[in-house]
Amino acid sequence: MHTRKSILWMFLASALLALPSSAMAQKVEGHVGKLSGQADAGKQLYFRYCWGCHGFRGDGNGENAPYLNILPRNFVSATFKCRSTPTGTLPTDEDVFNAITRGFYTTYMPSWTALTHQQRADLVVFIKTLSPRWAKEKAGEPVKVPAEPALTTDGIKRGKELFAKLECWKCHGQEGRGDGPSAATLTDSNDQPIRPYNFAAGTRFKCGETNQDLYKIFMTGLDGTPMPSYGEQIKPEEAWDLVHYLRTLQVTHNSAELALWQGTKEGAEIVKAAKITGTPTGSGIKQ
Amino acid sequence: MLQEVLKLKKHRVAAVAFIAVYGWLFLSIAVPSASALPIPKGNVHAIPAFARKYGMPCSSCHEAWPKLSPFGQQFKDSGYQMGNEKDAPIYQNPSYWPVSFRITPHWHREGVDHADITNAVTGDTAEGQLTTHGFDLSGLDILTAGTLAKNISFLLVPSADNAGAFHFESANVRFSNLLGSSWLNIKAGKFELDNIISEKRILGLSNNGGLYQMYHFQPVGENTNLFTFGLGDNQLGAELSGHSKNDHTRFSAALLSSNDGNVSLSNGRGYDTFLTFSQAFEAGSLGLQRVGAFAYIGRAPTFDTAGGSTVANGLGQKSFYRVGFNGLWYIKKFDVMTQYLHGLDNAFLGTATPSYNPLPAGAHSPTWNAGLIEPHYNLNPQFILIGRYELIRMSRQALDANPGNLGDIDAGTVGFRYYPFISSRAGFAFHNEFSVVRQQGVSTSGRDLTSSSVFLGLDFIF
Repeated sequence: MHTRKSILWMFLASALLALPSSAMAQKVEGHVGKLSGQADAGKQLYFRYCWGCHGFRGDGNGENAPYLNILPRNFVSATFKCRSTPTGTLPTDEDVFNAITRGFYTTYMPSWTALTHQQRADLVVFIKTLSPRWAKEKAGEPVKVPAEPALTTDGIKRGKELFAKLECWKCHGQEGRGDGPSAATLTDSNDQPIRPYNFAAGTRFKCGETNQDLYKIFMTGLDGTPMPSYGEQIKPEEAWDLVHYLRTLQVTHNSAELALWQGTKEGAEIVKAAKITGTPTGSGIKQ
Repeated sequence: MLQEVLKLKKHRVAAVAFIAVYGWLFLSIAVPSASALPIPKGNVHAIPAFARKYGMPCSSCHEAWPKLSPFGQQFKDSGYQMGNEKDAPIYQNPSYWPVSFRITPHWHREGVDHADITNAVTGDTAEGQLTTHGFDLSGLDILTAGTLAKNISFLLVPSADNAGAFHFESANVRFSNLLGSSWLNIKAGKFELDNIISEKRILGLSNNGGLYQMYHFQPVGENTNLFTFGLGDNQLGAELSGHSKNDHTRFSAALLSSNDGNVSLSNGRGYDTFLTFSQAFEAGSLGLQRVGAFAYIGRAPTFDTAGGSTVANGLGQKSFYRVGFNGLWYIKKFDVMTQYLHGLDNAFLGTATPSYNPLPAGAHSPTWNAGLIEPHYNLNPQFILIGRYELIRMSRQALDANPGNLGDIDAGTVGFRYYPFISSRAGFAFHNEFSVVRQQGVSTSGRDLTSSSVFLGLDFIF
């Protein structure tokens, strides 16, 4: 039964591939740098690489979706976690392009750097044809990321205070291990349980790995998850303090922030207490 | 009398069988329930266990399995890892079992003209056309592969020939991203040579088209009991490899035992070296293009003492090499693989002369050049048209007395593979192929020898 259904879907997909998507392409276009994506080419790529998880209609309901603990992105609802734009708005073409390029470290979505830049731009445009939102709305205005201030111990301490004041610990835990008191109750927009980011175990974030990426994460929020935007609540300089403090929670990831923090008596004690040593588990995660 | 048995009138039977089998396959294709039919084959690698692990369709890693896509190549180069949190087996359901099976039931027809059909009883010597056809099985591959831990991966492929005799096609462990760098990966065991045109990814399955002629070519007159070498064969050794993050730049350097992948040091104590480098570049909307070069430098024995009270294999080693360059060219759905190879065998190998004996008069190290062009048209992930033309031309014979074109080869293959469904669980393809190989001057009487294969297969892997 399941096989017949799969075959039926494949025939439908073949038929869809045979149809020109120019009608959709007329409404939606996409540009990444100097590249202009082509929806038709993107469709070919989508039905080679993406449909297994994201589904034939892009609704995140691919044949593999039931087996994933974090559901694939629903392109029809067009709610995107990683954006440079304010919460609730559509991402820029570059945001979608970067998500395809980078992948999502904590999910099954891999990095697609094996595809050419043009192919990734083509995919961006095809993805935009899957939701009517792109025909009706424009992408949000990207949040400005001011120049990163000099790293100081005082800045890290202010960031630590903000971490407490904004109650980040409720989800992420006091040591940033993703084990705060609310962690077990969190769900995403698909009503699926979702785990807060574990700073202690990770070196990469869901939406990038640079300080600028981290800045954008809490200034834009991760739409579709409990992670809100703090763009209206904290000032840019405070956001940078928080960035610098959060870096010190990555106790196994060598960074300038961690080195500076460990140079203080308070920081050295906290980092020492946060590090756990034991038998390697094979997961690759250092504690 | 034997000739009469093999006469052309036999072809009438072959034609009927051919039409019957094609008709059956056509019906199979036309009926959606074809997937329930029995079917498949191969000694090549396509591993649904990976698809099951990551939930991706086979078309992600394979343009048409087993041929890798750039994404699949990157996955392989990364040590069977996507680079995300799901790579380590600790994140898999404990019931997950990284094992796949591949076999190809098929109907095939093999024809050879000018075959030696000497009557062993009467001693009558003759050459004639020899044709066989019928239903058959391929060998079986049991593909087990995955990660043992983050950045430690393995591949174990017990394979059986079509009579069930097992050997290990691959068995290796790979340490990836050493010192946190994608440029530093080490693999040891028996493994596929890191060539961008790999025989383990070949899209042909027939007796003639299921291999690259240039990878196995040895000049006429060599002692293939002592020296058999195939650039397409998996080899035993250790390999250092590296690649850029996007896999555009790749290199490998392997130290291999001179045993052509055979166990128990059957060729003695020699070592070979295989080096590769390739660079990919983007060409706008055409796709990713790649050019590469390779060099295999080895040694092979010229005699052994088998039969004596003490058997010493692999003595009197002499050198040989194969060097060349290749390219993978994409024009959207159309792609072409091209390769040039130059080969040389030491004169002792070329004339099958033990190294303790003097070379015969007029002996040289034989050299040759080979070229390959293999176009594909990938209509969509479910259908691929395959073509291939190879030629091998001797540039210097081992002996002056040999005709200049002795052993030259022309080989052509056409076919298609149709995948009625694509999923992240299993793979299935109707494989249809015709292949012909003509080698000059190698029949018993010195005439050209032409062999052809027709192959209709049901290729499955799960």
